[in-house]
Amino acid sequence: MKKMIKLKINGENKEYQDELTIQQLLQSLNLEPDRVVVELNREILSLQIHDKTKLKSGDTIELVQFVGGG
Amino acid sequence: MDKLIIAGREFNSRLLVGTGKFASNQAMVDAMEHSGSEIVTVALRRVDIDNPEDSLLSHIDTDRYLLLPNTSGARDAEEAVRLARLARAAGCEPWVKLEVTPDPYYLLPDPIETLKAAEILVKEGFIVLPYMPADPVLARHLEEVGTATVMPLGAPIGTNRGVRTRDLIEIIIEQSNIPVIVDAGLGAPSHAAEAMEMGADAVLVNTALADTPNPQLMAQAFRKGTEAGREAYLAGLGTQRQQAEASSPLTGFLRND
Repeated sequence: MKKMIKLKINGENKEYQDELTIQQLLQSLNLEPDRVVVELNREILSLQIHDKTKLKSGDTIELVQFVGGG
Repeated sequence: MDKLIIAGREFNSRLLVGTGKFASNQAMVDAMEHSGSEIVTVALRRVDIDNPEDSLLSHIDTDRYLLLPNTSGARDAEEAVRLARLARAAGCEPWVKLEVTPDPYYLLPDPIETLKAAEILVKEGFIVLPYMPADPVLARHLEEVGTATVMPLGAPIGTNRGVRTRDLIEIIIEQSNIPVIVDAGLGAPSHAAEAMEMGADAVLVNTALADTPNPQLMAQAFRKGTEAGREAYLAGLGTQRQQAEASSPLTGFLRND
């Protein structure tokens, strides 16, 4: 049986099957990696390590992007 | 027009524009284009993971415009520093419009937290342009910690009320050794012209451009207002007087008394 992991993404609780990397998470959300900044447990994650960074249960992820502003 | 220099970088335009609140991305792009601006502000927000929108950056030519991420939404120094770091991680140059506005009603900048955040960000190598109350003492403190500019408010954000803080901005301009950019509250090209006539180095406008059926035309009008004000300042305004001083000769009248 596959293990479920619980993540908090942008304040929402989400469940994913099995382990996944940041890169896979962004893919599953249809987000372009170079247009989004990822913060994992309050640490900024550089684009270069998206594919090496595995998420584990309890991780808190913030996905932010530029929007219009003054 | 003479060039604006911020942190050693030259700009031809003295009008900075915000990208918020436009009815469409096309309206925003049209306004940017016709403003002649070379610096545009953007904000950083959570992605709506259930309905991701296309990226703002796909609409902005970053070879043409310097992106100036703001820290809007920050309520204290810590939140502002976090946002600035995230913006830099997004691949921007390390320029940041520092905004710390804990009060949601007037969105007035918190002077103490702004100064704290400025100090941290300057040490981390950011080029810091702080939005600030029109307070000459605070302006000196910000300059001392190494900010690239000061950005005193003309009136609260989005109010379109003009340069209500005029007397204090005059003192800031007189004392400052770094560019003074009047930000917030400018609602008409005449307000931009007024700030520039006073000797401000630049102005920043957003709401006035977004809050009109014709952002493109308004952006053009603000460009002209900003340029007119700068040219008037460079030329030197005439002295104000209480009594009339005739423009026409006071001799040779066609009368006998």
